[in-house]
Amino acid sequence: MTAQFVAPEIAWAQLLPVILVLGAGVVGVLVEAFAPQRLRRPLQLVLALGGTAAAIVAVAALWPQTVADGGTVVLGGSMVLDGPALALQGVVAALGLVGLLVIADRTETGEDAFAPSAAAVPGSDYEEVARRRGLAQTEIFPLVLFSLGGMMIFPAAGDLLTLFVALEVLSLPLYLLAGMARRRRLLSQEASLKYFMLGAFASAFFLFGAALLYGFAGSVRLSDITVAVGSVTGLDPLLIAGSVLVLVGLLFKVGAVPFHAWTPDVYQGSPTPITGFMAACTKIAAFGAMLRLVYVVMPGLEWDVMPVLWGVAALTMVVGTVAAIVQTDVKRMLGYSSVAHAGFILVGVVALTQSGITSVLFYLLVYGLATIGAFAVVALVREVNAGPGGAVVAEATHLSQWAGLGRRHPVLAGSFVLFLLSFAGIPLTAGFIGKFTVFSAAVEGGLWWLVVVGVLASAAAVFFYVRLVVLMFFTEPAGPDAPTTTVVRTDGLSQVAIGVAAVATVALGVVPGPVLDALGDVAVFIP
Amino acid sequence: MTSALASVPAAAAAGSAIPATGVFEYAWLLIALPLAGAAVLLLAGRRSDAWGHWLGVLASGGAFVVGALLTVVMMGAPLEERVQDVHLFDWITAGAFDLAAGLRVDPLSLSFVLLVTFVGTLVHIYSVSYMEHDAHRRRFFAYLNLFIAAMLLLVLADSYVLLFVGWEGVGLASYLLIGFWNHEKPNAVAAKKAFVVNRVGDVGMLVAIMLLFAAFGATDFETVFSLADGANEALLTAAGLMLLLAACGKSAQFPLQSWLGDAMAGPTPVSALIHAATMVTAGVYLVVRSAPVYAGAPTALLVVAIVGAFTLLFGAVIGCAKDDIKKTLAASTMSQIGYMMLAAGLGPIGYAFAIFHLITHGFFKAGMFLGAGSVMHGMHNEVDMRRFGGLRRYMKITWITFAAGWLAILGIPPFSGFWSKDLIIESAFATASGEGWQPWVFGTVALLGAGITAFYMSRLFFMTFHGTQRWPGHRVSQTETVDEPVQDPHESPALMMWPMIILAVGSVALGGVLAFGNAFERWLDPVLGYTEHPDPVLPIPVIIGATLLLVLLGAFLAWRQYAAAPVAVVAPRGSVLTRAARRDLYQDEVNETLLMRPGQYLTRSLVFGDRQVVDGTFTGLARLVGGSGELVRKVQNGYVRSYASTMVAGVVVLTAVVLAFRI
Repeated sequence: MTAQFVAPEIAWAQLLPVILVLGAGVVGVLVEAFAPQRLRRPLQLVLALGGTAAAIVAVAALWPQTVADGGTVVLGGSMVLDGPALALQGVVAALGLVGLLVIADRTETGEDAFAPSAAAVPGSDYEEVARRRGLAQTEIFPLVLFSLGGMMIFPAAGDLLTLFVALEVLSLPLYLLAGMARRRRLLSQEASLKYFMLGAFASAFFLFGAALLYGFAGSVRLSDITVAVGSVTGLDPLLIAGSVLVLVGLLFKVGAVPFHAWTPDVYQGSPTPITGFMAACTKIAAFGAMLRLVYVVMPGLEWDVMPVLWGVAALTMVVGTVAAIVQTDVKRMLGYSSVAHAGFILVGVVALTQSGITSVLFYLLVYGLATIGAFAVVALVREVNAGPGGAVVAEATHLSQWAGLGRRHPVLAGSFVLFLLSFAGIPLTAGFIGKFTVFSAAVEGGLWWLVVVGVLASAAAVFFYVRLVVLMFFTEPAGPDAPTTTVVRTDGLSQVAIGVAAVATVALGVVPGPVLDALGDVAVFIP
Repeated sequence: MTSALASVPAAAAAGSAIPATGVFEYAWLLIALPLAGAAVLLLAGRRSDAWGHWLGVLASGGAFVVGALLTVVMMGAPLEERVQDVHLFDWITAGAFDLAAGLRVDPLSLSFVLLVTFVGTLVHIYSVSYMEHDAHRRRFFAYLNLFIAAMLLLVLADSYVLLFVGWEGVGLASYLLIGFWNHEKPNAVAAKKAFVVNRVGDVGMLVAIMLLFAAFGATDFETVFSLADGANEALLTAAGLMLLLAACGKSAQFPLQSWLGDAMAGPTPVSALIHAATMVTAGVYLVVRSAPVYAGAPTALLVVAIVGAFTLLFGAVIGCAKDDIKKTLAASTMSQIGYMMLAAGLGPIGYAFAIFHLITHGFFKAGMFLGAGSVMHGMHNEVDMRRFGGLRRYMKITWITFAAGWLAILGIPPFSGFWSKDLIIESAFATASGEGWQPWVFGTVALLGAGITAFYMSRLFFMTFHGTQRWPGHRVSQTETVDEPVQDPHESPALMMWPMIILAVGSVALGGVLAFGNAFERWLDPVLGYTEHPDPVLPIPVIIGATLLLVLLGAFLAWRQYAAAPVAVVAPRGSVLTRAARRDLYQDEVNETLLMRPGQYLTRSLVFGDRQVVDGTFTGLARLVGGSGELVRKVQNGYVRSYASTMVAGVVVLTAVVLAFRI
């Protein structure tokens, strides 16, 4: 039997959002190679922001068509551009744009958050030479764009191989980006290596699971596997073990317990703008892929695989919350908080109802907004060296350094409070609506006890968010009278990002209707 | 059960809200005015320091005018048009779940609107003078306005979810106001305690909302109440108990009562408004509003009555031993809300009386709190009643207005409290079932409570205004320290006096006016339904006579001990009961053992913490989480190899579980 190669039809229009982002990344590499140093940064900025913005416009342009016909299968089944995929691409691109603003921001002295020549070994002679010559690379922009491109393919992948390629495309740049912090470089490189090794480990599980599923169904296409679930008998162990292992790969990416161990370390070590970007966008992409897997392939496995996800969801909420309570580093605390949020989102994923899809999409959006905003604030709060006119150095991440910040910088601290309240799920912030819709969906799906665990966990979670609020507004800084913490002045891009995130957080809390409706319109997977 | 039968008219009447028309469409102004006030005061910053407080008064007063107008129109409306729903906007639409934000304007919510805005405005005016020397007076008024807006949202909401928004809002405002003088550590701690305890209640609220949503697919009153009739009793009981938990947190009822005493750390006008007249009564509102839910859950209703009766005595006993004037008043508030809860727990025969007592209590207790503030104002913020005495000669108006509140809470006819409290005691003797142990137990508790109330309130009154003066200046005593300021008690300024006088007038007359021809009960009929009152197990004159006798006895004992005899400046050691009551009957210890310790233990054993030294307190003081240090290092130690092995273990467990399930 000779397999005849049939060139797939390429639906350029439908692929435009992804092409724009990846294309901007490729051009960015050329700019990095050929443009003179002083032109590189402005060119990269235009490319990155322009490419992402254009992708958002493309998503918007595709929206009415997708609402009308439910979406299309493209590239011979490799990608399924249905409603949820398009919505997730839009959310990822929008949050990526906000995240890029934070990434691109520089302090008054022209320092961004990244090592000027990240390839140099910390403390080496080469680093010293590069510093004296003023060498500065801007490869972060293409790297972020590649990662963003991977994230946009991820939730749209129609077969396991595309899913795996997208996983690597989004992950590899992130491993690099995690190691490029300007300050505390060793911590950053440690984070990078850990993330890479554990990520590779998780990828191996994913691949093994994919192989088992292929063994079961004789195809890597999700739609074929779905059909096989209903028809093939006698190979159940392959199916079930395969599903679990593929899920493990995704659970690693979202940081669910017990695959969360990397989260606090990597979040703490990475450059803060990157932490915000990956905490928000990676989670969105991975949950998007998980939604597709759970809603398309697994309905037939409800009583085999789902109990595991219930357990993981409950465990993730509890462990994330409890561990966050005892953190003393604001980035680690937000890291554990993101673990807890992964649990809350999982509650919506396992609801297996129509409103479950909408609620997860909405939750991802509001969580991403608050996350990017919060990390943008963290990036601005810096330590000052002791003594008069002390230099502004690394970020002040120890909680005690945040004492009294609200009195000196009420607007910045106020927006941080807003993000924390949204994380905590206090009414009139977007987080409350998110939690409410997710829990409602789970109740609808009959997952009662899981909702009770979720409500208890979110009540307990309020403690550590409010602790930070109290610290900023009701506590005097300890120690000598001169403040050792300050807020750096920057080009203002971070402030724009924080403002956008804050306004959106309030708006989605007060009038979530239009967005929920729009997401509800597209929340249908096509097999 | 009889209680279910008795509520049939209630369910029929409450289930028929009509879309708002005419002037009621502007009910949103009630919330918008104070909210706008708070926003302007917070955003304008220091620029508005000069006039900010008057803007605050204006916003609150404006809301009162709107509320009064709506009430007048409502009184002229036919009975079947007195429950109106105002649609604001579509709030949450997610799949099957559809929730519009709207307001329910009916006699019940309007009663609260009037109480909140009227007492609120008086407290605003009082605060203009009381907070005059505070550098952050404008911020204080912003929070007060925020509180008024949130409280009005709470009572006007037409769904449990929107009610929850107001519920959290008043919690936030109360938190901000208790901690307003946050430069003093006890205040910040008290604010935190209030917050923590309230969260426990909020969990109840959330679970109740989820229960109702799971059962009825909606959380708006209209749908829930119409479907609650004939719903599964177990479900309604669970929802009722969860709502009660929420109510206990907000209204300082047993076992979540511990925060109220500490909340007195806030400025006194705050105590008057939030911790006496309005916010703490929100729990009673919640129970009465949820009447159709409780109608199908007699067990939950009985628990409400038991909690109320228990707290009634609990608060009264604590009140007898406190020497801090504000904490005595706080204990009294706890006890009086116990009366309201008890009344609400009696079901349809008690709902209206619970609200009636709530309104009269709002007046006389706020009046007494403002009086206490006036005393503190003239006495260098002294709160220890053992250092007062004989103040009637120096603060004539405070004395007279306080006396009005005192006679009202004692229930001396014809003062306000007599009308409302007496009705509750009569109803307690007449529990709907009409037989068995309930009427005797609840009735006796209510009766005894009246006697104890008379004792501790008279004690407070006599220790403060009568007897010998025990403050430095004219007194020579070995306990006096050198730097103690010499007291020069004086009457407070007019802006503080007039609110007290107006509240005193209410304490004297409001009860009689509202009780005339059962006017208030009939006013609430469109919401709660018309209810026949069964006869008490004892004749009514006997109950009234016994109550008055006990009240006079309590007052006499207090007079003999605290007015006719000298009072020690330093509290005597006292009996076992006195010492226990001084320490709030060991509620903090109980909480610590039951809630905090297991919580800490859970944290320690679950977290396995962090490789860094864990410091738990937010002041940055290092606190070692001991015990499981070794385990800590084993789990989150920073080594990739152990992270990877955790993952492998996770994968193995997950796969094994799944395959095991399969087989």
